[in-house]
Amino acid sequence: MSKLPKIALIGNPNAGKSSLFNSLTGLNQKTGNFPGVTMDKHTGIWELEPNRKAEVLDLPGIYSIYPKSIDEELVINILGNPAHPDYPDMAIVVADASNLKRNLLLFSQVRDLGIPTVLALNMVDVAENQGYVINSIKLARELNIEVAEINAKKGIGINGLRLAVEKTLKNRYASNDALPLPVGDDLLADITAQYGEADPYRSLLWLMEHDRMKMFSEAQRIGFDRLQDKHHFNSKSYKTSETVKRYEALSEIVERCVINLNRQWDAPPVKTMTDRLDKFFLHPVGGYLIFLGILFLMFQAVFTWAAYPMDAIDGGVAQLNDYLKEILPASALTGLLTDGLIAGIGGVLIFVPQIAFLFFFISMLEETGYMSRVMFIMDKLMRRFGLNGKSVVPLMSGVACAVPAIMSTRSIGSWKDRLITIMVTPLMSCSARLPIYTVLIALVVPEKSTLFGMFNLQGLALFGLYLLGFFMAILSAWVMKQLLQVKEKSYFIMELPTYKGPRFKHMALSIYNSVKAFVFEAGKIIVAISIVLWVLASYGPGDSLSTVEQSVRQANPTLSAPELANKVAAEKLEQSYAGHFGHFIEPVIKPLGYDWKIGIALITSFAAREVFVGTMSTIYSLGGEVDDENATIKNRMRAEINPETGKPLYDAALGFSLLIFYAFAMQCMSTLATTYRETKSWKYPAIQFLYMTTLAYLSAFIVYQLLA
Amino acid sequence: MSGTLADLKVGEQAEIIGFTDELLSLKLLEMGCLPGTVIELTHQAPFGDPIAIKVSGYTLSMRKEEAATIQVKTK
Ligand SMILES: Nc1nc2c(ncn2[C@@H]2O[C@H](COP(=O)(O)OP(=O)(O)O)[C@@H](O)[C@H]2O)c(=O)[nH]1
Ligand SMILES: [Mg+2]
Repeated sequence: MSKLPKIALIGNPNAGKSSLFNSLTGLNQKTGNFPGVTMDKHTGIWELEPNRKAEVLDLPGIYSIYPKSIDEELVINILGNPAHPDYPDMAIVVADASNLKRNLLLFSQVRDLGIPTVLALNMVDVAENQGYVINSIKLARELNIEVAEINAKKGIGINGLRLAVEKTLKNRYASNDALPLPVGDDLLADITAQYGEADPYRSLLWLMEHDRMKMFSEAQRIGFDRLQDKHHFNSKSYKTSETVKRYEALSEIVERCVINLNRQWDAPPVKTMTDRLDKFFLHPVGGYLIFLGILFLMFQAVFTWAAYPMDAIDGGVAQLNDYLKEILPASALTGLLTDGLIAGIGGVLIFVPQIAFLFFFISMLEETGYMSRVMFIMDKLMRRFGLNGKSVVPLMSGVACAVPAIMSTRSIGSWKDRLITIMVTPLMSCSARLPIYTVLIALVVPEKSTLFGMFNLQGLALFGLYLLGFFMAILSAWVMKQLLQVKEKSYFIMELPTYKGPRFKHMALSIYNSVKAFVFEAGKIIVAISIVLWVLASYGPGDSLSTVEQSVRQANPTLSAPELANKVAAEKLEQSYAGHFGHFIEPVIKPLGYDWKIGIALITSFAAREVFVGTMSTIYSLGGEVDDENATIKNRMRAEINPETGKPLYDAALGFSLLIFYAFAMQCMSTLATTYRETKSWKYPAIQFLYMTTLAYLSAFIVYQLLA
Repeated sequence: MSGTLADLKVGEQAEIIGFTDELLSLKLLEMGCLPGTVIELTHQAPFGDPIAIKVSGYTLSMRKEEAATIQVKTK
């Protein structure tokens, strides 16, 4: 295959790059109405014509080519380095037409880097609603490039964009001007002599941003610092004057190309829908109440509405298992299939409705633009705890999964704020904890009871656990803030985008993808661990298992046949490898109220907590008094008896102790790997693992001792 | 009358005349806060911080200490 032309999508955050990317490639890249949705580069194929393809690159949003955070740095490392594998043949600068001048600033910088550029005017509908009409033909003439009006959300204007792109790819015309502000010729000559020939503006970018560009060695960086000294070049004042100068030129162009209807009719400034909505959402008191209300509604929904499809799935899986057991010969393999695999997979499937609801709410908040408002009202509070208003996004999306949440910290400019956010995000209750919460809450909180006759107590308990995770996260952040004691300036200069209606088709797709990922990712691990666990629980060291039956029979000569079978099964589990492991750690977990069976579950959920429920169902099906009519995992656990007291094992003390343990413990390899990747050091995942697990152990200990 | 953006009350308008912090000024300029631009303070978060202003047709939020680096002139 010949090398495809590469097209980079560049633009301000929220300009609609990812929406355009999706329209062009037919892929489903995550979009959202707040800064910092796209954190990494993504590529897709755009079929310009049958048999003529181009590679499109979606990138994080930037306001200028001078980066201020890690996600912005990525873009500059590509655009400033022609040797970069992703260096584009051309760029499409996606501009928000309702905010033209600011968007053109970036455009003019990209063009001056010597990259052939097309301007895609997006959000024309928003601009027109605000009373601005843009003469794009005139704009194209003034800027001396191709301009295409598009609606990235609806996929309108793609054909015009395609023509503009084809033309630019063909003549490879980069309409870069001379330097925005002149610098001495000898400075440019020095840079060329030491670092090779380059476009003058790109040389200056190197000179000013060499510390953020990975292409340079330490020695080369020092070389740049020397050049700055030699020529008395001040980067900061150059950038400032450059920005002012560019705006001056752009103001005149915008003046000539945009008609402001408001001014013409002498109308008072329009109150947009966004202004009216912000009256409520940003209200000093009401804003908080609305936010709490939304969260509360979310958890009630996750618990109560999702209960119906969940019960159906739960019952269906149990029925399937019973049926299979009836028609298949009673063998070890049948046991693996029914009690191991199907029960394990059922344990994942049952949570699909809840996870779908969760993602529905979160993508609703993201799509409408409300997320930025949450950052705004929470900033002051978060700052007290060493975090930052922008930490809200990782914390909220941590409710779905900590892995993308930790990646989304890249938009946080300050390293200290970012590090603390990464460290505490896994304390937020992720969707893999939801199954554990659901099963355990159902065991210890009465189902029918309500508070004031309206709030479902189980829903309330779930809400409480999520709140607990949040409070522990900000508390830990506060402690880390005290320990770190770095005085680093962070800032919160951030755009609050206009509210936009959610696109339900898009939301449905993204919910579908998230659920699919959850089922397959979790499913893979669960199937693998179920098999291993089943083997470990069915075999034991030496011939210990084969003698069990005999010894049990001798010890209990009076038992009836089914009772005897149960006793044998229980004893076999205890003598198996898994049983040995469980007994091995029992002394450590005894103070938390856990027996060796729960110990097995703790060991298996060490790498991924979602296997807890599957493990429980495997263990209790192998070693318990299974009554087959009600063989759901909940009922099996409920039937479990504490041999010491003769009462149900899962009483409030044990239930809450386990809930707390799972709420705080670090049981996710993927999260640790992500922390490593984002901090580039093993130190931080190690600390994260230790502090969270210690926290989990101590809290579970306290809870159990208080309630027991 | 001149002062800083941090002194404005909700609903008040002012014209930007300069910056006192070199590092922040680049970011602010890039976001469209140019000397000569008229801005309006539109929202204050709980406890008065951060604030949101309307500048060249869009809403920009910043902390109070950042607003204090923007010198403004009211009519
Ligand atoms: N009204 C309107 N909304 C748009 C248009 N293009 C994108 N959007 C919305 O703008 C928001 C930001 O889009 P996104 O593609 O994530 O922007 P990115 O940050 O540049 O990748 C999303 O909520 C989109 O639905 C458009 O042409 N008109
Ligand atoms: Mg994006």
